[in-house]
Amino acid sequence: MSGYRLDNGGLIDRSEPLSFIFDGKSYSGYEGDSLASALMANGVDIVGRGFKYHRPRGIMSASVEEGGAILTVGAGRFREPNVKAPTQPLYEGLIATGQNAWPSVQRDVGRINDVFKRFLAAGFYYKTFFGIRKGTKDWMIFESFIRKAAGMGRASREPDPDKYETAHASCDLLVVGSGPAGLATAKAAAEMGKDVILAEQDFALGGSYLSRAGGIGEAVAAINGLREAGVTILPRTCAFGLYDGCVAGMIEQVTDDPGLHGVRQRMWVVRPSEIVLATGALEQPLAFGNNDRPGVMQANAVRTYLNRYAVSPGKRAVVATTNDAGYETAHDLAMAGVPVTLLDARDMGPDAPEGVKVMRGMVPVRIKGSHKVEGVEIGMLDDEGYAKARDTLSCDLLAVSGGWTPVVHLTSHRGPKPVWNDDIHAFLAGPTNEPIRCVGAAAGVYDHDACIASGKAVAAGEAGPVPQAGAHPALPLYEIKSREKKFKRFVDPQHDVTADDIRLAEREGFVSIEHNKRYTTLGMATDQGKVGNVIGIAIMADASGRTIQETGTTTFRPPYSPISIGALAGRGTYMHFRPVRKTPLHDWNMRHGAVMTDAGLWKRPWYFPRDGETVDDAYIREMIAVRSTIGLCDVSSLGKIMVQGPDAGDFLNRVYVNGFAKLPIGKARYGVMLRDDGVVYDDGTVWRMSETDFLMTTTTANAAGVMAKLEEFLQTRWPDLRVQLTSVSDQWAGVAVAGPKCRDVLAAVTVDCDLSDEAFPFMGIREAKIAGADVWIARISFSGERAFEVYVRGGKAEAVMDALWDAAKPMGGELYGTEALGGLRIEKGHVAGSELDGRNSLQDMGLGGMASSKKAFIGKALTQREGMLADDRLQLVGVAPVDSDKRLRAGALLDSRADMVDHGLGFITAVTDSPELGHWIGLAMVRGGLAEWEGKELTSYDPVRDGNTAVRVMSPHFLDPKGERMYG
Amino acid sequence: MIRIKCPFCGERDHSEFSYGGDATVEYPALDASVEEWNKAVYQRANPRGPHREYWHHLNGCRSWLIVERDTLTHEVGTAEFAHPGLTEALK
Repeated sequence: MSGYRLDNGGLIDRSEPLSFIFDGKSYSGYEGDSLASALMANGVDIVGRGFKYHRPRGIMSASVEEGGAILTVGAGRFREPNVKAPTQPLYEGLIATGQNAWPSVQRDVGRINDVFKRFLAAGFYYKTFFGIRKGTKDWMIFESFIRKAAGMGRASREPDPDKYETAHASCDLLVVGSGPAGLATAKAAAEMGKDVILAEQDFALGGSYLSRAGGIGEAVAAINGLREAGVTILPRTCAFGLYDGCVAGMIEQVTDDPGLHGVRQRMWVVRPSEIVLATGALEQPLAFGNNDRPGVMQANAVRTYLNRYAVSPGKRAVVATTNDAGYETAHDLAMAGVPVTLLDARDMGPDAPEGVKVMRGMVPVRIKGSHKVEGVEIGMLDDEGYAKARDTLSCDLLAVSGGWTPVVHLTSHRGPKPVWNDDIHAFLAGPTNEPIRCVGAAAGVYDHDACIASGKAVAAGEAGPVPQAGAHPALPLYEIKSREKKFKRFVDPQHDVTADDIRLAEREGFVSIEHNKRYTTLGMATDQGKVGNVIGIAIMADASGRTIQETGTTTFRPPYSPISIGALAGRGTYMHFRPVRKTPLHDWNMRHGAVMTDAGLWKRPWYFPRDGETVDDAYIREMIAVRSTIGLCDVSSLGKIMVQGPDAGDFLNRVYVNGFAKLPIGKARYGVMLRDDGVVYDDGTVWRMSETDFLMTTTTANAAGVMAKLEEFLQTRWPDLRVQLTSVSDQWAGVAVAGPKCRDVLAAVTVDCDLSDEAFPFMGIREAKIAGADVWIARISFSGERAFEVYVRGGKAEAVMDALWDAAKPMGGELYGTEALGGLRIEKGHVAGSELDGRNSLQDMGLGGMASSKKAFIGKALTQREGMLADDRLQLVGVAPVDSDKRLRAGALLDSRADMVDHGLGFITAVTDSPELGHWIGLAMVRGGLAEWEGKELTSYDPVRDGNTAVRVMSPHFLDPKGERMYG
Repeated sequence: MIRIKCPFCGERDHSEFSYGGDATVEYPALDASVEEWNKAVYQRANPRGPHREYWHHLNGCRSWLIVERDTLTHEVGTAEFAHPGLTEALK
């Protein structure tokens, strides 16, 4: 019970007490507290357990770099794991729990790992559990246990109940960070008339102002000035990544309690002309014995707790520093009445602050105390960087300043590698051509007034600040080595990576800093190289005999801080992620009992069951109706493109393999188009409505792609062609009227429309009126029966469908869906998406005869390649079971051999039970095709469903190969 | 996120566009030889640095554009209509 609340001061509202629960116990804090400061004020020392060794952990920092106080906030489906307690504002009723501990962080059984710690060095799990039995999957079994013992919090397994949204913004200048430099930049730029957005990740604005004694008032004044200057200020908004084109991604934590409909987080996509990074610097720890004990903290964080939260982290303090920053912490502790001793690793430094005992040339060697800091052994560094304990100071708080590392993560997202600066012993942002600049501590300028000056200068377009070492240069010290091996010196407390782990990895050959990171897990996951990065690199440089610049740094990648996946999705979830496309006949189909299926984004009728029917019962009944009487099917989802202009015929001639220039007005033609490489792309019909007007239909799946491709041809390859394209897919509804009685149905609903073969032959088109609506009717057939397709403006579709159905129903007609549609086309041997899979040539599809020899077309040249003409290509065939009681399965592999070799000779693409033939049939792609296999037997391999079935290969045109039904 | 200055719509996010491939390829005549087509379709350079490429303003004006982009840095330069007559026609 070390921490306690001070009587006055701080950016907290003592009139607003808030109660909260941590690990089942109730506590209280104030409005303005963070979860960490409230825990500290209540004297809670142990708030977490280490990742690997389950050692007790306390609060180490006051911001996003926190490596100890990582908690789960919320309960049930609202639970959010891995929340860094210093970043979480306290609210009434907050529920927090410790992670990675059982039964609790106070008494954790996993602590036993610390006893075996010498076996748990870098790479231990891989070395031990991989390859115990070569070639087995043991690792996968071990891994699940290891993951449970090590690791972070658990996410809720339930769907995320929170709501998110995306906001877009443009501005002249985006400033990231609201410390002295950020506020100065934003104010100066706004006063110059610039449109400025300022983002601050913390829930309070002010950055390092808030850590300084008396800084709160200065911050309030500066922020008020900003508001007056018209700056858009976004608190609790983390700029998590910078992207191409000077675009920033930011997450705003809107509220912790969004209620039923409110938004919890908002993702900002900001497109500024310029970005200024006032992201500050992180204070580096030092590696010494047991430096992970609760009570060891960043020196600057101690100031933040004292001045911003009015909480003292301890009752008796030691400050260990390598630079001037420790003096400010010692001063503020002394002012708060805490007895304090300052250890300066240097031989020189500023004068001792009032009430502070300064010991120069002294460093901490080891923390005493098994669960928290009870004292610190101190000693002097020798020439090789080793120190031997020669005295012990009693304390419950050790504040450490190992120097500063500017936050250059965001510039690194853009590519430039950070560059080591020997004057200030820190990585600075690498050079960039983009309008992104650093100010203040992010640029290596740590003095308060210099930070403000740097912000003003950069806002005015002047040169950025030059970092300087100052009167008392910092000592580049990273680790206090000890000849006593017993105590761990942590580099990355979040992942339990020690100085010895890094040396071990170096000895084992992981010399590259990127390899070292992955082997030891240093700076990975939610930390992203905030805490131990520089020390880790320095220790690696020392071990491998290189400089820090030569050793280099790992690549920082977005996000800077962890973000919710939900925030990235925004409102694009469920149906908003994948919009539903409905045909103009959707409601009509639903009213008539359709069961729907997905065809891309479209909803299409799958089948129309009668009471109790299965899909198999229904589609067979629907197929029989089409073959014997009449069926109606909504085909509105087909792509429809108007191709118009004097050169439209010439254009179509170039994109289809067959001829279109001479297509007579009033006629339609089936066409196939290839890609440049000669592979079949799409098929459909084209109707010639006038000399210059054509309606092209495409497959449902390729409607958008064909449109884009045609636009490409007209704009890039043949700009001289006078052709206009218009997508009319959504404007027109289409109904197939298929079956022997199709003429009777149309005769009943049209007036003065001669439907005789002479007047309206196969592939004829004409205009007519149905139910008062203008329609186009084409005599085309996908089913192989005599059939028409009726096209009408979407708004009139229901009236036309009503008329058609009123006529068809009494004739024994049925509505049919995609299942029957598929069965009918398989009987007829018409290819569709399952066969047109982007790998096949016209010849493979048995459509080689369609290609015109009189003209050139897209893809023609490359169809003549040797490989495209080979006899052993996969080619379309029909298959039927030898035993006609057996069923077929799409996806089954085909082979002639008793045991299938490799992938066999081919595969079945589509199957149907054929009521017409009385047995199952299928289309298949087989190596060598009909020429090789017609009349012969193959085995259909389907090990996970029906096993092996003998099939006979035959023509894919199972029904009416001469087309007498269609034409007649 | 790449931002492209569409000459018709103005500067827009790349999510409105779809990439359309190398704009320096000269497609041969439709009746050209297999060899010529093979060269155009398959034998492509993979340049490091400035490049001219097609982008289709799919969710915008549907213009096919020729965009200068640096393949190394993603820096985007000019964007102009692929159709040679369009710039003039819109003046």
